Amino acid sequence: MPTPMRLRDLIRQIRAARTAAEERAVINKECAYIRSTFREEDSVWRCRNIAKLLYIHMLGYPAHFGQLECLKLIASPRFTDKRIGYLGAMLLLDERQDVHLLITNCLKNDLNSSTQFVVGLALCTLGAIASPEMSRDLAAEVERLLKSPNAYVRKKAALCAYRIILKVPELMEIFLPATRSLLSEKNHGVLITGATLITEMCENSVDTLQHFKKIVPNLVRILKNLILAGYSPEHDVSGVSDPFLQVKILRLLRILGKNDIEASEAMNDILAQVATNTETSKNVGNTILYETVLSIMDIRSESGLRVLAINILGRFLLNNDKNIRYVALNTLLKTVNVDNSAVQRHRTTILECLKDPDVSIRRRALELSFALINSSNIRAMMKELILFLEKADPEFKEMTSSSIVHAAEKFAPSAKWHLDTLLSVLIAAGNYVRDDVVSCVIQLLVCSPNHQGYMVGQLWTALENDAADRQPLIQVATWCIGEFGDLLLYSPDSPIKVTESEVITVYHRLLTSPQNLPISKQYALTSLTKLSTRFQTETNKIRELIESFGSHVQMELQQRGVEYSQLFGKYSHLRNALLERMPPPEIHKTNPNSNDVQNGNIQTDVEEDDLVTMNQDNSGSVSILHVYIKMNALLVLLGGESGENDLVQQPKRTTETNQDLLDLLGGLDSEPGVISSKPMDTKVVSDSSSVSLHNNNNNILNAINSSDFLSDPISTVQSSDDLIAYDKGGLRVGYTLQKVGDSPNTTVINVAASNTTLTPFTDFVFQAAVPKSFQLQLLPPSGTVIPAGGLITQVLRVTNPNKSALRMRIRISYNCGGTLITDQTEVNNFPPESWQ
Amino acid sequence: MQFMLLFSRQGKLRLQKWYVAHPDKLKKKITRELITTILARKPKMCSFLEWKDLKIVYKRYASLYFCCAIEQNDNELLTLEVIHRYVELLDKYFGSVCELDIIFNFEKAYFILDELLLGGEIQETSKKNVLKAITAQDLLQEVSYGDTSLEL
Repeated sequence: MPTPMRLRDLIRQIRAARTAAEERAVINKECAYIRSTFREEDSVWRCRNIAKLLYIHMLGYPAHFGQLECLKLIASPRFTDKRIGYLGAMLLLDERQDVHLLITNCLKNDLNSSTQFVVGLALCTLGAIASPEMSRDLAAEVERLLKSPNAYVRKKAALCAYRIILKVPELMEIFLPATRSLLSEKNHGVLITGATLITEMCENSVDTLQHFKKIVPNLVRILKNLILAGYSPEHDVSGVSDPFLQVKILRLLRILGKNDIEASEAMNDILAQVATNTETSKNVGNTILYETVLSIMDIRSESGLRVLAINILGRFLLNNDKNIRYVALNTLLKTVNVDNSAVQRHRTTILECLKDPDVSIRRRALELSFALINSSNIRAMMKELILFLEKADPEFKEMTSSSIVHAAEKFAPSAKWHLDTLLSVLIAAGNYVRDDVVSCVIQLLVCSPNHQGYMVGQLWTALENDAADRQPLIQVATWCIGEFGDLLLYSPDSPIKVTESEVITVYHRLLTSPQNLPISKQYALTSLTKLSTRFQTETNKIRELIESFGSHVQMELQQRGVEYSQLFGKYSHLRNALLERMPPPEIHKTNPNSNDVQNGNIQTDVEEDDLVTMNQDNSGSVSILHVYIKMNALLVLLGGESGENDLVQQPKRTTETNQDLLDLLGGLDSEPGVISSKPMDTKVVSDSSSVSLHNNNNNILNAINSSDFLSDPISTVQSSDDLIAYDKGGLRVGYTLQKVGDSPNTTVINVAASNTTLTPFTDFVFQAAVPKSFQLQLLPPSGTVIPAGGLITQVLRVTNPNKSALRMRIRISYNCGGTLITDQTEVNNFPPESWQ
Repeated sequence: MQFMLLFSRQGKLRLQKWYVAHPDKLKKKITRELITTILARKPKMCSFLEWKDLKIVYKRYASLYFCCAIEQNDNELLTLEVIHRYVELLDKYFGSVCELDIIFNFEKAYFILDELLLGGEIQETSKKNVLKAITAQDLLQEVSYGDTSLEL
C-alpha cells in the first residue's frame, strides 16, 4: 500500500476545489481510501488518517467510522498517536456513545501513566466527554490525582472532579476531603480550578455551602494578595493581576455571603477595596468591577457599598465600550426592584440608551425604562417612550405599546393625559397594538364625559389621514365618532370644523378600501348607522352606503348591511331609540362583576385542589387535568360558555342585565358566545381587575356585534359552539356537536378554528386522538390558512360503541408571523348528552 | 462555557469545541444558526447576544470570529478576556497567527485550547505555563516520531 497523502496536502487539495461538487469528490475519494486503511488495520498511518478525518469532520462530513480507530490510537504507546487519538475522541464521541466501556478502560490506564502529559490528555478528555457512567467508574482515579504532588495534574483533576459532580452530584462526597487544601496553594492554576470546584459544590448542596463558610478568610486573603502584590509578569493582564482568578474568587464569595450577615461582614472591606482600587481604563478592569458589583448586590453588604456599586454601573452607562454599557443595563435591570431610588438617579442616561445603534442595548434600556416609571416621572418618561415607539423596529412595537398602555393605566396623572397617551400609542404603533387596547381606550372614553368632545376631534383628525396601517386606530375612531358624532359636528366648542359629507367621504373610503380588515369595516358600518341619528342632513347618503353592503361578498358585512338597512325601512321608528348612546359601563374597580369573577376564581381554585388530590395516585394524569382545569377556569373568568360548570352562570347573568338596550326588542339572542370571539388574552386572566374590564368591553362590543337581533330568530344559531376545545394566543377552536340519526353511537363534531389576531395563521394543522375504545375519523379541513379574523372548519366523526365518557387529545400547530406554534391539550368537557 | 466556535468571515467553521453532549445534527444546526446570526450583526453592535437560554459572546480578530456560549450567571466580559487570552496564545505559538495557520495546524489550535480550558472552565491563567506544556508535548511527539517522514 502506498504512503497515504499528508494532512496538509489534503487540506490544500480541498481548498483548491472550485465548486462544492469538486470538494465533495475530493473528500469522498479520500474517505473511501481512509476506510480501506481502517479495514486493513494499518497502524503505522492510522494517526495521519484520523487527523485527515477530523479535518473532514469539521467541514461537516460524516466521520463516525473513525470512532473505534480513535480508541485504537489511544491504546497505542506512541505519544503522537495518543494525542491525536484523544483529540479524535473528544471530537467524534460524546457522552451518548456506546463505545464508552472501551474508552473508560483506556482512560483508566492512562490516568495511571507515569508521564504527566499522558495523564493530562486523559483528564482533559474525561473533562470534555464524561458521561454519568464514566464519572462513576473513574471518580476514584480522579480523587487520587487530586492529591498528586504535581500541580499540572492537580489542576486538571480538580476540573475533572467539577465535571463529574455536574454529571453525578452524589459523587461530591468523595472529593470533599481533598478539595479544601487546593486553596492553600501558590500555583494560580490550582487556585482557580479549586475555586471552580468549590463553587460547584456549594451550589450543589446547602450542607457543603455551610461547610465551606470557613474558607471566606482564605479567599479574602488570596484576593488581597492579588490586589496588593506588585506587578507579576506571569499573571498580569493590562495592569491587573490575574483577573481570571479574581473573578472566580469574587463569585465564590458571592455564593458564600448570600443571606449570611457574618460572612458578608467578613468580605465587605475587600469588596470595597476591589471596587475602588481597580484600574478601569481597559475591559479587564471593568470585568472585575462588574463581578464585584454583582457580589455586592447579592450579599448582605453595607448600604454605602451598595450605593458605590450602583454608581459604578452608572459610570458604565457612560462608557464608550458598548459591551460595558450592555452589562450595566443588564445588571441595573436585576437590581432595579431592590434599589429603585439608586437606579432612578441614572434615568437620563438610561433613556439615552434607547437611541443606541445596538439593538441588544436598546432592548435592555427599554425594559429598564419601564421598570423605572412611577407616578412622579410618568410624564417625562412617557414622552421619551412614545418617541421611541414612533421610530422603533417592528419587533419592539408590540411589547412597547402594551407596556406603555399598562404603565399609563397604572400611573396616569389625569384622564385627559391618559387618553392622549393611548391615542399616541394607537398612532405610533399602528397594527402592532394589541387588540385589548381598543376596548381599553373605548372604555376609558365612555367613562370620561368631559373629554369626549376633545377626543372625538382628535380621533377624527387621525382617521382623516390615511390610517390603513392602523386598524386598531380605525376601530377606536369609528366607534367613538359613531357614539359622539354630534359632539364632533355640532358642539359649539368643537375646535374642528367638519361637514357631514366630509365624514361620509372618509367612511366611504374606509369601507371600500381592500386594505382594511373586515372587523374594522364592521365597526365602521355600525358607527355609520349610529351617525344616521346624529346627522341632520345626510341620512340618505348613509342609507345608500349601508344598503350597498346588502350584497357584499363578505358574509359578516353583508349581514350587517341587510340588518342595518331594516332600520331605515320597516323598523325606522325604532332607529332613534335603538341607536342612542351606550350607557357608560360600570367603573371596573367597583364593579360587582369583578367580585363575582373573583369569587368564581377562588371557588375554582378550591375545586381544582380537590380534583388534584383525588387524582394524586394517578400521577400521570394530574398534569393534564391541571392544565385542563386552568383552561376551564379561564373560560369561567371570561364568561365563556363551557356550559357544564355552574360558575359560568354568574357572569352570564350580569352580562344580560347590561344588555338592556337589546332587551328592548325582546326575543334576542343574548348569548354572550357571539362576542367572545374577541381575543381573550391569557394575560388578562392574571389580573382580576382587568378581567372585569374586559367583560365590560365585551358588553360594549356586544351591541356592535349582536346584530343578529333583527333577523329571524331561527337564523341566530350562528356560532354557539357547544364547547371550546382550545383558546390561546388568538386561536380559538370551538366544537359543535351533532348526533347522527341512523347511527346513535356516532357523534359528528364540527370544528371551527378561528383567528382573532391581526396576523394570518398559515400551515394550520389540527390533529385529534381518542382512547382505543373509540373510533375517530378526521375529514379534510376547509383550508390550512386562517386569515386574520377568519376561520376554517373541519369535521370529525367519533364512534363510541361503549357509550363511555368522551375524551380527546388534540394537537395544534400553525405558523404565525414566521414563528411555528405547536400546542396540545386534552378536551374532556364534552356534555354528557353527546355520548350517552 | 458550553462550547466555543471559530469561524471565518465567509462562514466556514475553523474549530469547534463542545463541552456539552449534543447529537451531531444539533451541533450542526446550532453552528449554522449562530454563524448566520453573528455574521449579520453590524460591527457597531455589542459582543453579546441572548440566544435561547444562553449568552453568546463573540469577537472578531482579523478574518476570524471567536464565539463562546456561556451560561446565564457567567461573566460575559471575562469571556472576552478568555477569547483574547486564547488569541494571544495562538499568536505566541505560531508567531503572528493568521487564519491559514489555524487551518493547516488545526490540531495544534485544539491542543492549545485544551491547555487553557478544561471542561469549559479555565485551568491555567499563566501564558507561560500553557506554552511550556505545549512545547514539552510537541517535543515528546517528535521523540515518538523518530522518523520525520511519519509526521501528519
